[in-house]
Amino acid sequence: MIHAPYIRKPASIQRMMGLVLAALVPGIAAYVAEIGAGILVNLAIASLTALAAEALVLALRKRPVAIVLADLSAVLSAWLVALCLPPIVPWWLTVIAVLIAIVVAKHLYGGLGQNPFNPAMVAYCAMIVAYPALMSQWPPAGGLGFDTQLGLILGGARDIDAITGATALDALRTGLHQGAGPVDALMQGPAFGLLGGHGWEWIALGYLVGGLALVATRVITWHMPAAFIATLALVSGLFWLIDPARFAPPLFHLASGGAMLAAFFIVTDPVSGATTPRGKLIFAAGTALLAWTIRSFGAYPEGIAFGVLLMNLCVPLIDMKTQPRVFGRRDRGGPR
Amino acid sequence: MIARLFSFRGGVAPEAYKDASAGMPIRRAPLPSRLIVPLRQSPRATARCCVEVGQKVLKGQRIGEAEGSLGTAVHAPTSGTVTGFDPHTMAHPSGLATRCVVIEPDGEERWIEHRPFDVKAAGRDAARAWLRDCGVVGLGGAAFPSHVKLGADAGIDTLILNGAECEPWITCDDRLMRERATDILAGARILADLAGARRLLVGIEDNKPEAIAAMRAAAHDAGGEVRIQPVPTRYPMGGEKQLIRVLTGIEIPHGRLGAEHGVQCFNVGTAHAAYRAVAHGEPLLDRIVTLTGNVARPGNWEAAIGTPLDELVAFAGPGADTDRYLMGGPMMGFALPRLDVPLTKASNCIIAASPSLMPPPPPEQPCIRCGECARACPAELQPFELYWFSRARNFDKARAYHLFDCIECGCCAYVCPAHIPLVDYYRFAKGEIQAREHDQAAADRARERFEFRNLRQARDKEEKAARLAAKAAETRARPAAGSGTAAASPSAAQQAALLPASAEDKKKALIAAALARAQAQKAAAPPRKADGPGAATRAESAADAGRRQAGSTYTPDDGGATSAEAGDSAR
Ligand code: SF4
Ligand code: SF4
Repeated sequence: MIHAPYIRKPASIQRMMGLVLAALVPGIAAYVAEIGAGILVNLAIASLTALAAEALVLALRKRPVAIVLADLSAVLSAWLVALCLPPIVPWWLTVIAVLIAIVVAKHLYGGLGQNPFNPAMVAYCAMIVAYPALMSQWPPAGGLGFDTQLGLILGGARDIDAITGATALDALRTGLHQGAGPVDALMQGPAFGLLGGHGWEWIALGYLVGGLALVATRVITWHMPAAFIATLALVSGLFWLIDPARFAPPLFHLASGGAMLAAFFIVTDPVSGATTPRGKLIFAAGTALLAWTIRSFGAYPEGIAFGVLLMNLCVPLIDMKTQPRVFGRRDRGGPR
Repeated sequence: MIARLFSFRGGVAPEAYKDASAGMPIRRAPLPSRLIVPLRQSPRATARCCVEVGQKVLKGQRIGEAEGSLGTAVHAPTSGTVTGFDPHTMAHPSGLATRCVVIEPDGEERWIEHRPFDVKAAGRDAARAWLRDCGVVGLGGAAFPSHVKLGADAGIDTLILNGAECEPWITCDDRLMRERATDILAGARILADLAGARRLLVGIEDNKPEAIAAMRAAAHDAGGEVRIQPVPTRYPMGGEKQLIRVLTGIEIPHGRLGAEHGVQCFNVGTAHAAYRAVAHGEPLLDRIVTLTGNVARPGNWEAAIGTPLDELVAFAGPGADTDRYLMGGPMMGFALPRLDVPLTKASNCIIAASPSLMPPPPPEQPCIRCGECARACPAELQPFELYWFSRARNFDKARAYHLFDCIECGCCAYVCPAHIPLVDYYRFAKGEIQAREHDQAAADRARERFEFRNLRQARDKEEKAARLAAKAAETRARPAAGSGTAAASPSAAQQAALLPASAEDKKKALIAAALARAQAQKAAAPPRKADGPGAATRAESAADAGRRQAGSTYTPDDGGATSAEAGDSAR
């Protein structure tokens, strides 16, 4: 017998994931405009791989396939993976990355809702460790035609130095490393734009617009993006004020790499993130802090993915320690 | 009057569906062919039958005497003949039976003699007894005896009248306030005086402007201090603790009563019943019930307690595709297992449901920890944590996350995008915990008995040994004295007597030490960590059992719970 409540809000995981996908569209549009349409090919490859992998695993696990595929969560993971990879990686790299996200990070842990780590970030980290060279080849904004991009994706010969440049974050890191000059001189280089990487700042703006729409429609709460952005701005601002020659300004950090994508679409992954209001603030702030630290001192130009995974590890503890107060009680919930 | 309103966190705003039934005036339901009046009207108390089969009864005649501190009297809703006294199935999800007096109406509606009750002359205790004997219980759905709520001597300062009626579909309180506002306020005044309350607040959801206007007009005419306060329309505003919070800012913790915080809460229908009882001397014989949903003539009917529901719903003309009937609202109500059950004092609404009106929920998906449920929970719990723990049968954790603070309002399940029937999991976990505690308590008692027996046997043995030793000493001493050397060797005799005794002492000390050790161990070790919570929390769950029973119309036994967490539930 069915029990109360007998009525339900018209809400579904599918609708939720669909809204997140829709919110990615402004960022993707800016991506296409600034960098080129190659990303669309990657998104398609990633989506198809994700759906196929999910269907296969579900069939093997003897779970209903159609209803789970329709929840769009695999597609969302696939899009996030594709958006994190350089847009000209060969197709097989995208496929491997998505397989890692879906099969290893998601289903080996029990499927949707059970994965302790953010699947897209697991895939990204695996790729940057396994294929560091391919993962650092980014096309300069507007520098490559669609034909060239498609050729590269399909596995064409890679005359790397002629066609790709370093990302802004990469250029800064290498420049500082080689003592090529203080930050503001380095930021005159071709990889840099108004605020962040040349062209990438518009993509960041696209993510920001979509992300704010998600907050406005209450698909995500404000806690994570606010804490992520504020922490990144604060810590980078502080060090920039102390030593502007060695540290990049806060706006550069916010507009570069995947900061906006992370703030609204990656740290906000509900399954692997903290759930309590205070826990969300801590989780996102911690990720931002780790990301900045790795960007500034670490061996990898982009530290967000590692930051997210490290914070994923802390989620059970964060959640336990930040249980909100229960109605009428003075103490908070959860074990002490 | 500008008054500060507070708010509660969480809550949901489902579509109200109230217009259909709220538009029609209250109609009197025709008398059915027979009335089945349950003797168990309020939870945890059954009245003692005081009529015989074949006896003629008058309308308002007492047919069940109040028994126990939570008992209230039961009356014949009309004049007629008692034709039976046997168990009948109740309007309860369990579908269990309770004893009912069956009355065949004679259609003459002949009243017993009844006259107004003078509260001032009689005094407070007599007035409470009067309400009990008039069978006045909470009409908001909990059916908790009103005289008990007035019994708390802890200075009640504020009396709140609950006219929120936050569940979708239900409109019986709305109609009552529109049509009988003056009587309601007069009843509220009586209740406030009995409780010793200074302040009288009436909370009505702002989706009932007519009721608010009618109550305001009545308050204006009646004079006196009363505030008719519109409150935002948000389920579960009508939950007692939520309404108290919104009107006064006071948060009543789980397991506590409003009275302990100087607040007492009554449903508007209860105030109306109290008024009838005092001003006219009429016992509670009928109630207003909303018949709505998939029916041709939705509306509110004033029907005699004991009216079989199948005869009742026929008045509204249920649609052909009606597949089940809900008792109460769609958020906290339940599907009636069968329809040949009587109307009780707690039955506020019957909804005819059809597949198109209330489609079966979509298939359950995995929880994605999105936290929607936590944002909707008025108890400010983390429902998904409770769900994960309940599902994993990790009941200790579920309790640590305050499972028992859950009021089963259904907000979490209402919003969950994964369509998880969350409340079912909580009911399951609560039931499991209570069952375990029951077993645990039984085991504890058995162990205590066993330990006591061991102790007693050890004691008996000691005493016997001591007696034997004394005897032995005596017999040994006697020949010694006879030989005349007693004076020479008194110490030998004493030693002989002492020797076994001191051995006995040693043994005794050992036993005592072992017992003490065992006791200390028992005290130190948390009792049955893996199996169930300890005694400290047992009281909490007893209180919960009480609350849950108070929220239902009928329970198979008294449960022994004495918690008086009553109140009109959120329905
Ligand atoms: S609303 Fe449903 S899916 Fe979301 S956290 Fe709660 S239980 Fe899980
Ligand atoms: S049913 Fe319980 S857990 Fe769910 S919203 Fe209501 S109080 Fe919270």
